[in-house]
Amino acid sequence: MKEKENKDQHQNQNKNSSPNPGPNQNSTQKSQVTVEMKNITKVFGNFVANDNISITVHKGEVHALLGENGAGKSTLMNLLYGIYQPTHGEIFINGQRVDLDNPSVAIGLGIGMVHQHFMLVPIFTVAENIVLGQEPLLHNLNMSLAPLDMKKAIESVEDISKKFGLTINPLTKIQDLTVGQQQRVEILKMLYRGAEILILDEPTAVLTPQEITELAKIIKNLSAQGKSIIIITHKLKEIKEMADYCTVIRRGKYIDTLHVPSCTEQDLAQKMVGRDVILKVPKKDATSGRPILKIENLKVKDNRGLLAVNGFNLEVCSGEILGLIGVDGNGQSELVEAITGLRKVESGGQVYINGAPITNKTPREVFLHKIATIPEDRQKHGLVLDFSIEENMILQTHGDPSFSSKIGMLNHKSITDFANKLISKFDIRPANHLALARNLSGGNQQKIIIAREITHNPDLLIAVQPTRGLDVGAIEYVHRSLIEQRDNGKAVFLVSLELDEVLNVADRIAVIYHGQIVAIFKADQTDENQIGVLMGGGGSGGGASGGKR
Amino acid sequence: MFSDIALILGTTLMYSTPLIFTALGGVISEKSGVVNIGLEGMMTIGAFIGATVGYFTGNPWIALLAAGSAAMVLALFHAIASIHFAADQVISGMAINFLGPGISIFLCRIFFDGTTMSLSIPLDQKIPRPLNGFFAQNSFFDLIFNQYATVYLAFVLMAIIWFVLYKTRLGLRMQAVGEHPKAADSLGISVYKIRYIAVLCSGFLAGIGGASMALSVVSNFRPTLISGQGFIALAAIIFGKWKPQGATLACLLFGGAQAFVIFLGNPQVGVNISSQLLAMIPYILTILILMGFVGRTNAPAAVGVPFEKH
Repeated sequence: MKEKENKDQHQNQNKNSSPNPGPNQNSTQKSQVTVEMKNITKVFGNFVANDNISITVHKGEVHALLGENGAGKSTLMNLLYGIYQPTHGEIFINGQRVDLDNPSVAIGLGIGMVHQHFMLVPIFTVAENIVLGQEPLLHNLNMSLAPLDMKKAIESVEDISKKFGLTINPLTKIQDLTVGQQQRVEILKMLYRGAEILILDEPTAVLTPQEITELAKIIKNLSAQGKSIIIITHKLKEIKEMADYCTVIRRGKYIDTLHVPSCTEQDLAQKMVGRDVILKVPKKDATSGRPILKIENLKVKDNRGLLAVNGFNLEVCSGEILGLIGVDGNGQSELVEAITGLRKVESGGQVYINGAPITNKTPREVFLHKIATIPEDRQKHGLVLDFSIEENMILQTHGDPSFSSKIGMLNHKSITDFANKLISKFDIRPANHLALARNLSGGNQQKIIIAREITHNPDLLIAVQPTRGLDVGAIEYVHRSLIEQRDNGKAVFLVSLELDEVLNVADRIAVIYHGQIVAIFKADQTDENQIGVLMGGGGSGGGASGGKR
Repeated sequence: MFSDIALILGTTLMYSTPLIFTALGGVISEKSGVVNIGLEGMMTIGAFIGATVGYFTGNPWIALLAAGSAAMVLALFHAIASIHFAADQVISGMAINFLGPGISIFLCRIFFDGTTMSLSIPLDQKIPRPLNGFFAQNSFFDLIFNQYATVYLAFVLMAIIWFVLYKTRLGLRMQAVGEHPKAADSLGISVYKIRYIAVLCSGFLAGIGGASMALSVVSNFRPTLISGQGFIALAAIIFGKWKPQGATLACLLFGGAQAFVIFLGNPQVGVNISSQLLAMIPYILTILILMGFVGRTNAPAAVGVPFEKH
């Protein structure tokens, strides 16, 4: 492993070219420039993904790269990791101009990247994943058929994890780890390769609030040890928590580099979106009416056959948004699956909609009871990715007389008209009814689902993590839609892992822990701290909650 | 009674061997993420080349190597199509299954005066039996263990492949490529190279498997010699959960069914069932086993999915 930094190289750095307002203010760090990307342009076909972008990162600095989905952040970082090569522009690492032809070159220069979708082999152990590609071999035989030295591999992993405070058992299989732990393995993988520059692509997208706090600590620790860290993100709060500097990119263009401690979330949002963004959507007081959804003593088993939902009671009324908050893996997914007919309800429990029992009905019957769902995983359960926008729009209603004839022939004209109406009403981009859902950004994919589900005119809208992975502009849109439903007198059941979201949007907040409601508050009569404690099992006498699913 | 059991066990070993070679090769290929449904065709060409080279050279070892190499050439086509050109691996494999027998019969007519059956190899030029005479003739152990060298070779090979897959750098990378090729690629491992190696190995072993049929179980090539063994080996891979030792056990089971059929077919045993019905047993067993083991939870995650770099 490379331990020594190249100390003489920073002297020939041209500081004037730095777009940063100044060197890192952390006085214990040297202000050596580790990464400099100059006037980078990357063109795919006739699409300009990056247009003359420059970015400078210093040793020991945490630098956030902020932009909406599709702004070109990931492209820029893939250039730095050698996955793509720039059309124009130059990259300097530790002051030296480099050609990053492939990831191996980048790894050799001490650059490591943690991808948003983890690059881990699920059936391999932690140690196997970390050493893969640079395996220690018995007797240092350097040949393909040389036996692996797993003992040495495990030792190396233990050494690095101790050095950087990333606790992990090297012998555990990846598939048995939580998402947060898997991310740790990814970071260790880079450190094992001697990375001095770490790129984290949307590192918090899949983490629970606790895991995010943990990650922030890890990042602080790594930067204190002199690593340069680049975080690709669109979450403003985390930039404020973790980053020293923030470079904003919009539609492939460089916008600005900000010193994070001296700007607000609102500033960042404005730079990112290019207009004023409302981080907290305003809303009138709720005028809640009769109960729409009623859940009594619900018990649901998870895939392992254990009771994930255990005696759950809840009412959601018309004209209100009820937010269900809890750490991931406390039965939320099973609960929603049980309500929507995807999972069996154990005997004794009941689910009513408008007074009618829908317990253990099929998803189709549940849908016909005027329940619409924005599912947890839009790509898996919300859309057929290889269907066009219009086909996705009629997934539940293709059999309606307006869309198909008596003998089952689809009426393409009315389907297209319907889709086009929704596309313009919900501003789905690209505005092409034949575009494949797969090729749309996350925000636009979510818009397809919202458009479809709201158009069913449901009495109850179930929204499960509806803003997961979306940028602020899209989040604002989703929140507005939920509040609009509520204002139209509908019941909205919002299941979320984001405390901020629930506090901002919901009228009443229910906290779920180990498959049960531990408390219900009016949103204006509680705060982050009170709910945070309850989410972790405090107050119900339970132990610490695991984020494991 | 004892000698009956010994005879069945001995026949089991003999009939399992071609399956074991082929299935071990298939395990390698599938572990790296490439479905090799062309095993049948590769076995056929192996059987033909083995019988022909064995007949003309008189040396069974050269014949085995030639058979492996010939099947490797077919495997190369499969590799180029399914790895390089990201073709559907099942379709490419099916093409091999037509090509293998086609080429074999075509060449057979050229070499053996227009017949589709090669001439028999004299007994002393077949694969030797290293333990011949070690046990008393027709004793219990003699009936079981006095086998052709290919039988022992198959089990040695199982151990070697187990070691390579689970204990060496190549094995770790092969599995990584079959489970998560993108991850392997992001760490600088050449997915293409590893898959080529795996598919070529698989072809070589299928060729050996076919030749071990022609050079030990029987002593010539004929069009019906390889009739489904490649597919049975494929089933054995699945039944054996994509593990060399598991696939070997599964092959022994299928070989056992075959041996049982042969035993029952012996008029002296006195079972009065039509031989055609008996011959169906191994195939029916294959279907039953595959039905009982639904789901591909143990399959390499990326098997059958072509890998394309951006």
